[in-house]
Amino acid sequence: MTFALIRFLPTSANVPFIKIRIWAIAFSVLLVLGSLFEFSNVGINFGIDFRGGIQTEVRTTEPADVEAMRQVVGDLNLGDPRIQQTGNPREVLISLPLQPGEGLEGEEAQQVARRALEAALQDNFPGIELRGTDVIGGAVSGELVVKGFVAVSLALFLMLVYIWFQFEWQFSVGAILALTHDVIATVGMFSVTQMTFDLATVAAILTIVGYSMNDTVIVYDRIRENLRKYKKMPLGELLNMSINDTLSRTILTSSTTLVALLALYTIGGEALKSFSFAMIWGVVIGTYSSIFVAAPLLLFIGVKRDGSSS
Amino acid sequence: MLQFGRWKLFSIIAVIFLGVLYSLPNLVPESDRYSVNEIDNSQEPRGIWRWIPSKTVNLGLDLQGGSHIVFEVNMAEVREGQLETLAADARQTLRAATPPLLARSVAVVGDEVVVLMARPDDRDAAYDVLSELSQPVSSALGQPGLTQTLDVRRDGSDLSAIRLGVTPEQLEAIRTRTVTQSIEVIRRRLDGLGTTDPTIARQGDSRVLVQVPGASDPDAIIAIVGAQASMSFHLVDETINPGPNGQARVPPGRTIYPMASTNPPTYLAVETASRLTGENLTSASVSTSQTAVGPVVAFRFDTQGALVFGDMTRNNVGKRFAIVLDGEIITAPNIRGPILGGSGIIEGNFTYETAQQLVVLLNAGALPASLTPVEQRTVLASLGQDQIESGELAVLVGFLAVIVFMIAAYGLFGVFATIALMVNVILIMGALSGLGATLTLPGIAGIILTIGMAVDANVLIYERIREENKLGRTPANALQAGYERALSAILDANVTTFIAAAVLYMLGAGPVRGFAITLAIGIITSVFTAFVFSRLLAVIWLRAFKPKAIPL
Repeated sequence: MTFALIRFLPTSANVPFIKIRIWAIAFSVLLVLGSLFEFSNVGINFGIDFRGGIQTEVRTTEPADVEAMRQVVGDLNLGDPRIQQTGNPREVLISLPLQPGEGLEGEEAQQVARRALEAALQDNFPGIELRGTDVIGGAVSGELVVKGFVAVSLALFLMLVYIWFQFEWQFSVGAILALTHDVIATVGMFSVTQMTFDLATVAAILTIVGYSMNDTVIVYDRIRENLRKYKKMPLGELLNMSINDTLSRTILTSSTTLVALLALYTIGGEALKSFSFAMIWGVVIGTYSSIFVAAPLLLFIGVKRDGSSS
Repeated sequence: MLQFGRWKLFSIIAVIFLGVLYSLPNLVPESDRYSVNEIDNSQEPRGIWRWIPSKTVNLGLDLQGGSHIVFEVNMAEVREGQLETLAADARQTLRAATPPLLARSVAVVGDEVVVLMARPDDRDAAYDVLSELSQPVSSALGQPGLTQTLDVRRDGSDLSAIRLGVTPEQLEAIRTRTVTQSIEVIRRRLDGLGTTDPTIARQGDSRVLVQVPGASDPDAIIAIVGAQASMSFHLVDETINPGPNGQARVPPGRTIYPMASTNPPTYLAVETASRLTGENLTSASVSTSQTAVGPVVAFRFDTQGALVFGDMTRNNVGKRFAIVLDGEIITAPNIRGPILGGSGIIEGNFTYETAQQLVVLLNAGALPASLTPVEQRTVLASLGQDQIESGELAVLVGFLAVIVFMIAAYGLFGVFATIALMVNVILIMGALSGLGATLTLPGIAGIILTIGMAVDANVLIYERIREENKLGRTPANALQAGYERALSAILDANVTTFIAAAVLYMLGAGPVRGFAITLAIGIITSVFTAFVFSRLLAVIWLRAFKPKAIPL
């Protein structure tokens, strides 16, 4: 039996990753600072889950007249409306901000506003179909923000503990710095593109954290193995060898994951757009950080090499 | 690594067999699996489905359409009511003491009841009798606990003051009781309407989640779930003119209520104290009457209610009484004669639907507190269907792309990985169906992501085999070493992703939770298919063909 195998990559790569670590670290620092700058200056386009308010997805019989909709919804005086066209010209996403009011009165006001919005749309655009409506109150959206933040932090912490148990503490620090780098870069990406950041995006970030960790662990696992095998090799050389050993695996896995995610992004429908976008970016940045951040960081932190490490 | 004992082989085949068995129902239309009992509309598995699993994956509301509404139980209202009752009890207790203790005032101040004694000398005696109002908090199971319901204190600066507060433990017990009762009432109401498969669950401290599949009009649910439905019977005081806006000043003991569904609004003044409440009702039903045009609601009182109602009607012939529901008078008929049978009808300009709704509300009883929607998500079935279709397409395309990729990169071993991947998807579907988990749109994304990431373990192993191969090992040795050495990396990598999924499951709600479930299941199944099942395939191939070299 013979198979014509396509060799994407040379079976033994020898890219001098460690030599260019200064550039990589400089790039990463710029990326993180730029992300933080964008985040604090422009901010994130939070979705309704975190902002609270009313959002409805409508489908019209003819291509939607966005200007007319803006007029009709604006005339309701329920705050500044957002009218967003999706990929389909007949489909529009309309959202209203959180309605004012203390406590449960505010929640009632939300329902009143939703009914007014639905009635106005149905009266002015005959045949319009309200396909999905979300109403998120102030209390719930506030809790979701906290929950999302707690979830990401808790996941980072648990992984830190796991890596610490499995490897040396130096690895744990390197991995967490790389993960934090990925999370900040993703938040920065959402600030730049102004894609909607909602509950699904937090899920995506957590998955990115898991994925990037996955990548980092594979490289670390090889470093640990090589540390035992080559007791005298200089650390820089050893790190470089380990990255190269796992390079074709890293690229292949990232590629298959990216291919699957691209399918999701292009044909998975509107509701999963921001999720798959975050994931695609996360896979790219996670792969980058495992190679260029997590491993070289070990050189800066230093690794114990007295043979007692297990 | 390359030895598969009889039991190991049997377990692998058993796992795959179970996966196929549990995922099978998803491929067969519901009508072929179940027969419907025409008497009570219940479903029974039929034919072979009586013997093998017949459950399919539950679709989340975002995929099948429906309404998801979270209601907040208004605890502030319950607390106020609690304090009012406490104040009344305190007054009663002081009056009933021997000798009676005179209070200057008993009033609700903030979240306490403050009792000011007329003479400071009485304070200690009053403290003793008031302390007896406090009882051990009864736990959820009804046994008395260790903590007290009330916190009774002598004020430090005002020598005539006693403060009564409700302890946090008692507040918690009240909260739990209120939410539990609310859930029971909601369930009775939705059952009364014949709603299919509603989910009603406590969420957080004082919230109730209601999910109704297929319901595209959230207002219909809010109307039936959110109505407090506290009903009371009052005598109308026709001597008072309520004024055009119902704003007239009324003497103590009288209250003005608006009449329901009148345009322009009209008002009536009634006695504030109710003669009877909805609690005295035993049953209600939609009926017809000779005097009314549309449907009416017939009701029956319990024994005590029948006596009170009989007395009220006998003593007030010619007057009117009002039936007040949630602050509105739904009807105010004239009393033509004594009504002694303990039953009556409400004529309230009903349509059949509104009459039916009132019947359901009356039969299910009143909510212990009002409910306010704080989160509402509604998805039309057609949108859900669209999302299923695009999700399925994305899964298929992603799956094909990954297969092409793997076979191009690893040839025959890519085929093994592909078979393992197919088994993986079957196992995920089987696990979701068997566990009764809910598949949401993000859940579908989780499956796609798993497909992309599942091959990671295979890639790790194959890359390792390649390396070992290059070192000049025999095929069997290279396979053995490849699987052995890749194991630690595979486990470490999957444990970390599993941590992320577990955190998501703990903190997420609804759709996000669906994503966490598929991701977690996918991690477990992919370790099995990639590490165990694909190894079995490779070993079978090795035994059957005895190759000289590994085609990697």
